[in-house]
Amino acid sequence: MTRTPKKVLLLGSGGLRIGQAGEFDYSGSQAIKALKEEGIRVVLINPNIATVQTDEKLADEVYFLPLTPEFTEKVIRKEKPDAILLSFGGQTALNLGLTLEKKGVLKKYGVRVLGTPVATIRDTEDRDLFVKRLGEIGVKTARSIATASVAEAAQAASKIGYPVMVRSGFALGGEGSGVVRSEEELRAKLEEVFRSVPQVLVEEYLGGWKEIEYEVVRDRADNCITVCNMENFDPMGIHTGESIVVAPSQTLTNAEYHGLREIAIRTIRHLGIVGECNIQYALNPETGDYRVIEVNARLSRSSALASKATGYPLAFVAAKLALGYTLTEITNSVTRETIACFEPALDYVVLKIPRWDLNKFEKAAPRIGTEMKSVGEVMALGRNFEEVLQKALRMLNIGAYGLTAHKGENFRIPDFDDEIKNATTRRVFAIAEALKAGRSVESIHKASAIDPWFLHKMRRIMEIERSLARGTLTPARMREAKRAGFSDAQIAVIRKSTEASIRKARKRMRVLPVVKQIDTLAGEFPAQTNYLYMTYHGTEHDLVRGKKQVAVLGSGPYSIGSSVEFDWSSVQALHTLKKEGFGTIMINYNPETVSTDYDESDRLYFEELSLERVLDIADFEKPAGVIVSTGGQIPNNLALKLRKRAVPILGTKPEDIDRAENRHVFSKLLDRLGVDQPEWAELTTLTAAEKAAERIGYPVLVRPSYVLSGAAMSVAQDKESLVRFLKRAVDISSDYPVVISKFIENAREIEIDGVAQKGKLRVYAITEHVENAGKHSGDATVVLPPQRTYIETIRRARQIAKAIIKELKITGPFNIQFLAKDNRLQVIECNLRASRSFPFVSKVTGYNFIDIATKAMLGKDVSADYRTLELDLVAVKSPQFSYGRIKGADPVSYVEMASTGEVACFGDTYSEALLKSMMAAGFRLPKKNVLVSLGKEENKVKLLPSIELLSGMGFKIFATENTADFLRESDVACEKVYKISTHKHPNVGDLLAKGTLDLIINIPTRAFQSENTDGFTIRRKAVDTNVPLITNRQLAEAFVAALAEQKGNGLHAKSWREYRNGS
Amino acid sequence: MKLHLEDGSMWEGQSFGAPIAKGRQVHGEVVFNTGMVGYPEALTDPSYAGQILVTTYPLVGNYGVPDPKTLESEKIQISGLVISEYCEEYSHAGAVQSLSEWLRAAGVPAISGVDTRALTKRLREHGVMLGQLSEGRPAKKFIDPNERNLVADVSPRKKKVYGSGTVKIIALDCGMKENIVRSLVRKNVTLVRVPWDYDFTKEKYDALFISNGPGDPTQCAATIEHIRYAIKKNKPILGICLGNQLLALAAGAKTYKLKYGHRSQNQPAIEAGTDRCYITSQNHGFAVDEKSLPPGWEPWFHNANDGSNEGIRHKTKPWRSVQFHPEACPGPTDTAWIFDDFLRSLKAV
Repeated sequence: MTRTPKKVLLLGSGGLRIGQAGEFDYSGSQAIKALKEEGIRVVLINPNIATVQTDEKLADEVYFLPLTPEFTEKVIRKEKPDAILLSFGGQTALNLGLTLEKKGVLKKYGVRVLGTPVATIRDTEDRDLFVKRLGEIGVKTARSIATASVAEAAQAASKIGYPVMVRSGFALGGEGSGVVRSEEELRAKLEEVFRSVPQVLVEEYLGGWKEIEYEVVRDRADNCITVCNMENFDPMGIHTGESIVVAPSQTLTNAEYHGLREIAIRTIRHLGIVGECNIQYALNPETGDYRVIEVNARLSRSSALASKATGYPLAFVAAKLALGYTLTEITNSVTRETIACFEPALDYVVLKIPRWDLNKFEKAAPRIGTEMKSVGEVMALGRNFEEVLQKALRMLNIGAYGLTAHKGENFRIPDFDDEIKNATTRRVFAIAEALKAGRSVESIHKASAIDPWFLHKMRRIMEIERSLARGTLTPARMREAKRAGFSDAQIAVIRKSTEASIRKARKRMRVLPVVKQIDTLAGEFPAQTNYLYMTYHGTEHDLVRGKKQVAVLGSGPYSIGSSVEFDWSSVQALHTLKKEGFGTIMINYNPETVSTDYDESDRLYFEELSLERVLDIADFEKPAGVIVSTGGQIPNNLALKLRKRAVPILGTKPEDIDRAENRHVFSKLLDRLGVDQPEWAELTTLTAAEKAAERIGYPVLVRPSYVLSGAAMSVAQDKESLVRFLKRAVDISSDYPVVISKFIENAREIEIDGVAQKGKLRVYAITEHVENAGKHSGDATVVLPPQRTYIETIRRARQIAKAIIKELKITGPFNIQFLAKDNRLQVIECNLRASRSFPFVSKVTGYNFIDIATKAMLGKDVSADYRTLELDLVAVKSPQFSYGRIKGADPVSYVEMASTGEVACFGDTYSEALLKSMMAAGFRLPKKNVLVSLGKEENKVKLLPSIELLSGMGFKIFATENTADFLRESDVACEKVYKISTHKHPNVGDLLAKGTLDLIINIPTRAFQSENTDGFTIRRKAVDTNVPLITNRQLAEAFVAALAEQKGNGLHAKSWREYRNGS
Repeated sequence: MKLHLEDGSMWEGQSFGAPIAKGRQVHGEVVFNTGMVGYPEALTDPSYAGQILVTTYPLVGNYGVPDPKTLESEKIQISGLVISEYCEEYSHAGAVQSLSEWLRAAGVPAISGVDTRALTKRLREHGVMLGQLSEGRPAKKFIDPNERNLVADVSPRKKKVYGSGTVKIIALDCGMKENIVRSLVRKNVTLVRVPWDYDFTKEKYDALFISNGPGDPTQCAATIEHIRYAIKKNKPILGICLGNQLLALAAGAKTYKLKYGHRSQNQPAIEAGTDRCYITSQNHGFAVDEKSLPPGWEPWFHNANDGSNEGIRHKTKPWRSVQFHPEACPGPTDTAWIFDDFLRSLKAV
């Protein structure tokens, strides 16, 4: 074995964003555990405060800092680690590591890279080198030419022949890649791409080939295994992150499966990877010919999936291998009897479906292709394809009942032929529609290139649906339906019955699911695995009911609005339950989470969070209690239904949760308590809606309960826009009422997160938003402790919280959101569950709110003197956006949440914390040129002092027409540029093309509303050309003030522990 | 159709292979295989003769059946097949028929709809059991295929010559998989494929190969005698699977029956004295008792999971054999180098 390091620096992946999500919390956490086991000190840099890996219990030192070379060097200088791990923090960590190495930082401080050598990483990242290296051993890659300019790219494309594939090197999740069919299209696309990347590959087009992946592990002794192979349902042309994926492959023969496996091992050995990596292939279904598409020399989304799919702890093993262990020296931690040098045998089928949230972005296209747009994924386990497909579609939590038999007219797709041919996010439902309309498997295969094997299985689901509708529901037909993944709710829709009566009838027939274990060896060896799923393809349970257990319901898929923070909360609950002596059951199905790790709970049900399945588990396990308040809205919504079926819910009574969830009841409750709230009304007709809006006064916020297309919420400035929105996007009826409420602008927003017990407040934290009300609270920049909120306001907020807590007899976590305007407080939301800010307030105040909440729910006395207002530090949490991935979306705050993640940093001052936090979310501090474009007089006037300040600091100010005139009148020197639409020069487009802008401050005329104007073009171009952009006035003010204050002061690299100890 | 085990348990499923007439039973030793791919190869592996195969991977038949010429022998060798779900609609460009059609034509019964995980666990706990497939009640007596000479059943009747190279290898076919032939036949090789009890001792040859095959190695007394002769003559020898056991017996070691055998594509085998581990394809119910190896012999590979013997070699002489299948098909190709090393030592490549 090589020299074991004493201290290792681990690079995290930062805020969750499209292409890089929660999977790196899983891999990082596993790596820390693997290192700690060896007695190695671990230093972690990751500004993602909502992760489990940044918990106190894991790394020895945590730095909530931007993942930039500058900050990392500061940490290295201070901590003097003797080694670094680059492959556990996604592309961010890998790129950062490459930069550090290139700059000589690692050499300067004597930091050794563990695992795969940097030279190998470069071979896999630089396409030219990659193709060359694989060529050395006769492994085929797609014909590919590296180009550095648009002209070079055009030349390469004509050499290969259109259509061609263009891909940019050094990008996560295939950013800026796609099929190009003509030179004209190529030029249009690449103008933009070359601004953010130095190299673009023009490649042979492999549309329609199967897409196959292998996860490969290699140790320093050259032992090399493939842990899992996966097959994409969507063939080449759809990014693997956008594809439905099955494991193991279903349509590959032995020769294909082992042929590709042999190539994988040969390739990985030749490249010299040590640890874990992933290799992707295109496989010609007719000829069996193949191309290697890429190798990711690091843990990836696919490896997280493979790890959860097989039970093989890839990240843990990869960390051990990086330390110099060989595969034969590591035990299989699932069986604890066999070694890690083996390839899991699955006796079940795994299916992953991506979760998209494109309807949150008004202008975004729902088409999917070679770029990743999905924000999360779900994974289903079962014993045939039909079962896992229908399970997974329900798991998406988008209202689907499965592949078919949905409630009402949901998932009807009129133009299904088009959506099959030109894939959209709902192609799978389009296929269901096509099959229903009598399209043949052959014709769907022709249009989509999806292997007929999958289509036949889908047709079988549709056939079962048809036959279920007729005749008596015999036990045999019931069993057939359940084995094909039909839920009781689906059968109820088909049989025009209710879910409850189908369940009852089914139990009478003794058609029941069984619990099966995932043991990595298909039953060949006894395993002590806790990793479980349920299926109807079985006659016996693999285990017996556990004792003295509490179940925690997890958070389901990562999506906009429900992210890693709920996984953190669920994991904390598991830890506390274990400490308190309970056996723990976790129910969750998101493969990107830590809660689904094999070592976090005593029993992990990789299962649906549906009423049916949770009841099945409750029937089998009979848990002493179920926690519904740490996993976000999905478990919260199940509380009352479970309670009604006698499942014991811990914490606040489900009836009281329901009182907070029911708008009418809660509103009356607030009235009775004398608590103010924005005026609102619920309407069932268009006329009534118009009248209500008139009475409440424009602008109003419109929230439909059923959305046909586009975003779910909207702000109407006047009658015309209200009518337009309701007519275009909304089905309004007594079944689907619309809620209209006063849209309050220019108010501040504050939140209380806390824990109560038996109606008494125990611990709380008050946070304030930098931005004014109007944007979604999930997109806000949040400060703790509050910097601008009056003591009186805080006192008043606390009083209101106490009154609500008492009234709802809360036990457990809660979150209340307020609007504050002129010392007047209005309650806008109240959740009797952990909110997204729980990890933030816990880590900033030093009190683990979930630990306290869990103890409170278990009936332990948690009253104590918690100090959360007087802190020696300031922390700022910033949203992490992924606009770069959502082509065409307006990167402006809106009533719908748009951020995909968040980061937080600490500072000795507000300004330090704010700047660090913004940088951690990808913002770069400006050096010289700032473009200012301010809509509306009010914005110009209010931001004038900030612009003066910028100018005073020596920034060169560019301004668009009206803004420039205004600034000149106010004696601020600036250079006037024209709007792009004027086609006069110099215009904004020229500046962007030159690439000289460091910052754009663009405040839209109409706040919180998307508009199709020059402003949109500027904002969109800023995102597409990777120029930092601020679109909110309050944030612009705060940013400029912070910049002025921090100038020359230096931003410190202090660890979390140092902040906590006040040093 | 039902599967009856000797422990009295009954497993019911739907027939998708050849029918069994009322009142008739198909007997076999019930074994499980955990491979996830390669059912056409596994079904034609003669080592499965006399066995009712249970696949732990639940979906079988997905890609149909290719041209039988590409498989491991000219027919389906198993006695019966037990799976969880049969795929009615196969999909593959290379398929010529469905699994069901193939089984029917071969007269081999098969059932689907069985909880194969539960069945596998039972076989693991009890060890392999005898079983019967039937439409009705089982016959009173369970017939043990290992009591008859299964090798004699699957071994060819006549010798067959491949190639015309200068290096002549005698291949004892005790149920040899076709991919072994494909692996050994090279430009400089003449491969003489002979029946299991063929007396080659009077012939001129350069090396001996002992193939895989079904059942209990001690049934092959004649073969063992012939191998002893080759040892005496100092001829280079390579054995695979049953060949490993036969070489061990010829050397004077003992073999024993494993509780439930190794039948999978993911068995880790560590080369003795190194930290090199190979993922191997396996299909055997008997193993070499390492402790009984006579002086001069040593273990070559060990199973990393249960420590059992995975190969033996002589310390000074050119005699070696492996318990796993370097020819793969189905399974990983990690150890294909064993053929290369063997042929290189004969200067055949």
